[in-house]
Amino acid sequence: MTPPETETHPTGPLPGGRALSAPLLGREDEPTLFELSSPGRRASSLRTTGLPQWGADELVPASWLRTEPVPLPEVSERDLAAHFTRLSHRQYSVDLGAYPLGSCTMKYNPKVCDEAAARAGFANVHPASPPFLVQGWLQVLCELEEMLCEVTGMAAATLQPAAGAAGELTGLLLMRAYHAARGQDRRKVIIPDSAHGTNPASVTLGGYEVTTVGTNARGGVDLDSLRAALDEDVAGIMLTNPSTLGLFEEDISEIAAAVHEVGALLYYDGANLNAILGVVRPGDMGFDIVHLNLHKTFATPHGGGGPGSGPVAVSARLADYLPGPRPVRLEGGGFSWATPELSIGRLHSWHGNALVLLRAWIYLRLHGPDGLRRVAEIAVLNANWLRERLRGTYDLPYDRPVMHECVVSAASLERETGLRAIDVAKRLLELGFHSPTVYFPLIVEEALMIEPTETESPQTVAALADALVQVAAEARAAGDAASARQAPRTTPVRRVDEARAARRLVATYDQRP
Amino acid sequence: MSAPFVPHTGDEIAEMLGFLGLSSLDELFEAVPAALRLAGGLDLPPGESEADVVDRLDELAGRNRAVGRSLVCFAGAGAYDHEVPAVVRSLASRSEFVTAYTPYQPEVAQGVLQAIFEYQTMVARLAGLEIANGSLYDGAASLVEGVNLSVAATGSHRVLCSAGVNPRWRSVLGTFARGPGHEVTTVPLAGGVTNWAAVAGDGPAGAVVVALPNFLGCLDDVAGARALAEATGARLVVAIDPVVAALLTSAGSLGADVVIGEGQPLGTPLSFGGPYLGLFACRAADVRRLPGRLVGETVDAEGRRAYVTTLRAREQDIRRERASSNVCTNQTLMAVTAAIQLGWLGTAGLAEVALGSARAGRYAHEVLCALDGVEPISTAPFVREFALRLPVPAEVAVDRLAEEGYLAGVAVREGFEGTEAEGALLVATTERRTRAEIDGFAASLEKVIR
Repeated sequence: MTPPETETHPTGPLPGGRALSAPLLGREDEPTLFELSSPGRRASSLRTTGLPQWGADELVPASWLRTEPVPLPEVSERDLAAHFTRLSHRQYSVDLGAYPLGSCTMKYNPKVCDEAAARAGFANVHPASPPFLVQGWLQVLCELEEMLCEVTGMAAATLQPAAGAAGELTGLLLMRAYHAARGQDRRKVIIPDSAHGTNPASVTLGGYEVTTVGTNARGGVDLDSLRAALDEDVAGIMLTNPSTLGLFEEDISEIAAAVHEVGALLYYDGANLNAILGVVRPGDMGFDIVHLNLHKTFATPHGGGGPGSGPVAVSARLADYLPGPRPVRLEGGGFSWATPELSIGRLHSWHGNALVLLRAWIYLRLHGPDGLRRVAEIAVLNANWLRERLRGTYDLPYDRPVMHECVVSAASLERETGLRAIDVAKRLLELGFHSPTVYFPLIVEEALMIEPTETESPQTVAALADALVQVAAEARAAGDAASARQAPRTTPVRRVDEARAARRLVATYDQRP
Repeated sequence: MSAPFVPHTGDEIAEMLGFLGLSSLDELFEAVPAALRLAGGLDLPPGESEADVVDRLDELAGRNRAVGRSLVCFAGAGAYDHEVPAVVRSLASRSEFVTAYTPYQPEVAQGVLQAIFEYQTMVARLAGLEIANGSLYDGAASLVEGVNLSVAATGSHRVLCSAGVNPRWRSVLGTFARGPGHEVTTVPLAGGVTNWAAVAGDGPAGAVVVALPNFLGCLDDVAGARALAEATGARLVVAIDPVVAALLTSAGSLGADVVIGEGQPLGTPLSFGGPYLGLFACRAADVRRLPGRLVGETVDAEGRRAYVTTLRAREQDIRRERASSNVCTNQTLMAVTAAIQLGWLGTAGLAEVALGSARAGRYAHEVLCALDGVEPISTAPFVREFALRLPVPAEVAVDRLAEEGYLAGVAVREGFEGTEAEGALLVATTERRTRAEIDGFAASLEKVIR
């Protein structure tokens, strides 16, 4: 345990978010479920139905029938439970410790939300039920739409997009419908060079061409470059604010005015909304379309890569184009569905990721306006405090106060010692922390993008900073990165051969040589 | 102040601000122009304790009618009431799976990576194809991505989609087709199966899409779709129901190039429609066009077996505007759940679920069609879902039967306007439906239509 190093370091309590004591037992592989399979063994038993015991050949024409059953693992319930429990012991998670992945907002996920989502009154409801059977659900969805509109400063919203990228594409299709209704066929969408990869991919799928604008010396959008790119062929601009550098876009009002001047729209990528909850709203900054990542800002669990939820909120002039059906309040009380007049159509098989939406509703009700603002304040406090503790050890590009995350660079370290961002990340795993996002944003050399979130205590943030400093100090003391290059040594597997996985593709058990 | 998950004490906040040379939290937001800052705070309900919010949830949940003994589920249309045992719920709700992020650091993500690898293997076997991805959002998203893959592979934007494909999925395809400019032709049904002759000889195409079974429950003409795909140079996309697929010749061996489907029947509760699970499988030849994440087996620095997301160069964060899909977050937890559920079922169990669903389907079809005025809309073979013409509008039957304790089915309306199926009641069964429930349902329906 590294002792506190500065007088301002809170003393006493130990960091709750450091996972060094995790009991990851043994150094052997976990067999696959297929290797545990014994022909004829089974875990399942099904309901007694009293129905005639017709054979498959009596129920389905012979020409359709499969001759061999689908081969699946045949294991006992005991072995099934042991296998997936052991797999879970080979998995890092928020519940295990701090998860400071930049732009991912891996904050603590409240348990009350999971418990509510498992209730029969929410989980066992069929999505095609007529509205009079699902008034509770419709109320949750209506209220969530209203609360998200208030948080973003927008007029109306859709809850259908299943993740942030789906929300982005939705926003671009709304943009397209808006311009088409004005008889305009605009072809370009502007994106800063610091943007997430989903932005340009979504632009292409939205049928637009990407125009990239550069970043100025202070880390903001380069206004001259933006003005040069703006013309009547531009449908809109996609911005993340705070940006992926963790910096608030100081010129946002000038940007909004310039974009609106040519009749284009502003799209807000909500990946970093956590920083500004209750402080400033995208609508007040001039944005026309906003997507939110409920699995970031509103603490819904990420599930190892999903489910997420990416609602899209819009200003009044875009409301008529929203996807439908939308949950609506009826005059005289009660709730139902309605599809906006000029709707771009459906985005989801049903109503969006409903159980994720429910969790966000709960999070909002637990926090209220003051709680949300406190979330933003402490997220920003943690990020700045962490960043100051890394000054002098790592390079601090665009050196000014940050919002909810900071991007530091290992470029000097790399030149001095050969220690790269990836080595820092892997060595950090040995010190009991998940690593930050590395090599993003692309405009920062050897980038480490760190987002502590507001749910990590000062002790945990301090210990994370100490660990990052320790990694650099070790390399500087040794004069090389040889030791860190060997990391991690304490994890279930050591560094993984990614090139081999791509070169000799084995994507199923049946493709094994 | 209600920020229940912020651990900082007042003293700690003061110390941290002091270290930064600041005197208030407001000063952290100096970069936000004063004119833009929110005056007066958000207009939201005040924060409440967990106990107070749980009271509200009790009340809201009480205003939903969950399926179960007091509302026996005969509704399907892409969402089915299958058995999910305690062991699956328990393992799938382990917080190591629930609260993990995307496995970007494979050394500490072998649990999720291996579970996805096992899932991919099971889905590929079910589909009868070599490759399956780590999941997409839902059935509709899989349809869109299947079409996008086909268009990219063939260079033709023309899409011939059977009207038997889930109408909500077709609506989603229509929404997303506007971006890349796909031209989607809906091929009509005749007698419950696709009339492929309606579009024969119309020139090249990028994708031919058919559902097996189709939305109305019928075993559709996949051979006709295969022949059309060959004649037009298109990829054949087949939408499966993963339970029914356990009884039928695999879509891959029927000639599918891409297999898509809604994976909800594999361990995910009805959940008011989400989060669900988009199934996606393709041929090895198309793997570099595969949307979403793919987990591959490899070794670590000591030669031990290990798993990692692979062929990453396809993905949006690397390929950016040249990526053929923008998918990042997917539905990993539902994929892990499906792997656990399929592990619980095993070879025999999945076959029994399919057979049980089919037996209930046959029995329900017999007793319901025996009622005066009730007619099937098609004589095509079906397995566990079928559409009935009633002497009353389907919506009326659904509303009245809810009072009798049955969720009677889904009214066929959207996407079937002006067709023989419009206004029919789509009835679905699973292995959970008993003879007594089906007899009771028939008796109540008789009362409602009399």
